[in-house]
Amino acid sequence: MNGYPEYMRESLKKVAATRPKRLELAKKGLKNFLKPMTAEEREEVLSKYHPDYHKEARKKIRIGPNKGELLTSKVVDVLESHPRINPDEIELGEPDYDTDVLIIGGGGAGCMAAIWARMNGAKVVIATKLRLGDANSMMSQGGMQAAVNPHDSPTIHYLDAMGGGHFDNKPELVKVLTSEAPMITKFLMELGVMWDRTPDGHLQTKPGGGTSRRRLLSARDYTGAEIMRVLRDEVRNHPEDITVLEYLPAVELVLDDEGKCAGALLFHMETGEYVLVRAKTTIIATGGFGRLHIAGFPTTNHYGATMDGVVLAYRAGAKLLYMDSVQFHPTGAAYPPQILGFLITEKIRGFGGQPVNKDGELFVYPLEPRDVEASAFIRECAEGRGIKTPDGHVGIWLDSPIIELLNGPGTIEKAFPAMLRQYRRFGIDIREEPMLVYPTLHYQNGGIEINEWGETNVPNLLVAGEVSGGVHGRNRLMGNSILDYNVFGRRAGIRAAELAKKTKIGKLTLDHVRRYEEELREAGIKTKRVAPILLPEYRNLKILQKHRKEFDPFLPAGL
Amino acid sequence: MDTQIEEKLIPIYILSKKYYVPEGSTIITAMEYAGFKLKKGVGCREGFCGACASLYRLPGDYKLHGGLACQTVVQPEMQIVQIPFAPAEKKVYNIDELTPDIEPFKKYYPEVFRCVSCNTCTKICPQELEVMDYIQAVIRGDLELAVDLSFDCIMCGLCSVRCPAEMPQHLIAILARRLYGKYMMPRAEFLEKRIKEVEEGKFEEEFARFMSMSRDELKKLYYERDINFDIT
Repeated sequence: MNGYPEYMRESLKKVAATRPKRLELAKKGLKNFLKPMTAEEREEVLSKYHPDYHKEARKKIRIGPNKGELLTSKVVDVLESHPRINPDEIELGEPDYDTDVLIIGGGGAGCMAAIWARMNGAKVVIATKLRLGDANSMMSQGGMQAAVNPHDSPTIHYLDAMGGGHFDNKPELVKVLTSEAPMITKFLMELGVMWDRTPDGHLQTKPGGGTSRRRLLSARDYTGAEIMRVLRDEVRNHPEDITVLEYLPAVELVLDDEGKCAGALLFHMETGEYVLVRAKTTIIATGGFGRLHIAGFPTTNHYGATMDGVVLAYRAGAKLLYMDSVQFHPTGAAYPPQILGFLITEKIRGFGGQPVNKDGELFVYPLEPRDVEASAFIRECAEGRGIKTPDGHVGIWLDSPIIELLNGPGTIEKAFPAMLRQYRRFGIDIREEPMLVYPTLHYQNGGIEINEWGETNVPNLLVAGEVSGGVHGRNRLMGNSILDYNVFGRRAGIRAAELAKKTKIGKLTLDHVRRYEEELREAGIKTKRVAPILLPEYRNLKILQKHRKEFDPFLPAGL
Repeated sequence: MDTQIEEKLIPIYILSKKYYVPEGSTIITAMEYAGFKLKKGVGCREGFCGACASLYRLPGDYKLHGGLACQTVVQPEMQIVQIPFAPAEKKVYNIDELTPDIEPFKKYYPEVFRCVSCNTCTKICPQELEVMDYIQAVIRGDLELAVDLSFDCIMCGLCSVRCPAEMPQHLIAILARRLYGKYMMPRAEFLEKRIKEVEEGKFEEEFARFMSMSRDELKKLYYERDINFDIT
């Protein structure tokens, strides 16, 4: 695989030809020539082209705390699934682990919660499906928003986040998010996170989609990896207080006879062993749902992003918020096929990278909020101004060479080593040629409803990070998810430790799982599906069906 | 979903059994095509997490190659095995009590001084980092260089598996980076001031005003706000 196919050359030449003119506009301030959309323009492009507005995108859920509400169709399918276990076959005897705080999920939110729960006196168990740090947090590239400049402020950050979320965000959560951003910046710095600096030693800040100031802190384009590996290292510095259980996903929460959350049942995917953790408080930090491939989109997400936490919490009676809303990142790779749907960081546009069509023309302000920007890309392609790929996909160009013309030679190598490496592996030098991009499934905007301390309506069940709902309304801005998991991971950790001190656990039960099965039956839902999904299905089923009369990947034999 | 290539099939060996998989597949997608449901040795699938380190050999080539299964395209007759986990002892330390110099390395990872400069680590690194050079920089006490050269490390641990001196390079590197980030990077002076402003309630009044606005009032304010990237 070497570079772009011949037939794309003509279009690439047009992109190069319009570059000098576009450079001139960028130097004079692009927003003066290509205005950000008005409220009405945004509404129009969203309603016509955003996948959430498609007529089959949502359907009514028939069971559970959100019964009767319209949710994303795929989400409804997963929630209307059977549990993986039959409670009658499970013996809730002596727990294998007895702890103050159980954290389900070992990504950014889980690690941050563990660190802060420990600092507040709790013994912690982290249970995670794959390895500690195997999470979307590791993959985030662009950065974290924090109002750390004199001409910016937490309130300007608040306004940007509310507008980006279409004013559906829970205001009290956004206030916490934006006010605590500077404190989080410092906390991470003191753990050793290497935030990028300007040559004179200040924190480097860049614009992001939907921000009105330069507010994006980064660590080259490995921002998520840098923070995640530091948090993971710090968690591992406290083996006496924090026990890490890897390759042990939770398959159900366990409640006590008063209805409090009292831990979880874990399942070893290779050996089939069940592991019971009894905990005074439980934090769900399992991340999002990218691997559901909603509306058939490829995804930027981690292999484990299968919405498990939402399923567990919903069965235990937790209310969901905005699970009708899906974030598509504007710039997923459309070519080469090996990296289809992979994330191209928004920081590319923060540094002046421009989206252009097959004729090399600018067609949208490059830093609209993500849903608006993505919809504009989809519109451009639907109207025939995209570039088709050999395997039937379509995309528009993200002009990266202009970055070096704007910021000086060497900028891409310094600021985007991951992107440079990703494309170099397939014979494309992004300093010389643009990237072909199309929106890709990126983020679960909604989730389990929380208050300012990460608490849910289920006693002693807390939630932090992408699996929560309310912080971002119906569209998250770039750089607010790293911030979210740090702010609310910390808060959930603190509150879980406090609650644990005054909690006495009663008799353990899985009755809520029985009730859920009854609800499925009463609603007349007939399905073979089981959830939590744990791992997505990518096997070539044709090969597995060979010599079999029937093969169903959802059945236990299919695992 | 990751690839949609339906072309020529080529032979590869996974755990010594021969499979025919589509040309252009990565090791991950080739294994899935062959029927494997991956429960380990797989992570972000985009080259950022280091969970899918793999070793392989090619016909007529004496070398043992390393790569990330999600980023490495299969070649005919390739023999593949995954290394989902590189055993290495992470030392426990209190970052607040360390000094940004050679001392913490002497104390926690003295094996770093066993480096024989063979460069095997550099050759195996799937991120193409100059691993030996950053280890040598640590030995010289040049943390700045060690940090710069190791920054793109995704901690897959392949270096540590191949090292004849048996050191965990990736763990040594993160200690170097944490020390550098905490002690040696310039302090962000305004940050302290901003944190103090928040603590003293400087923004409370404006927050209260924004939060009491109706949706339409807030919307109006939002669309009229000044977008300015020239100031900091």
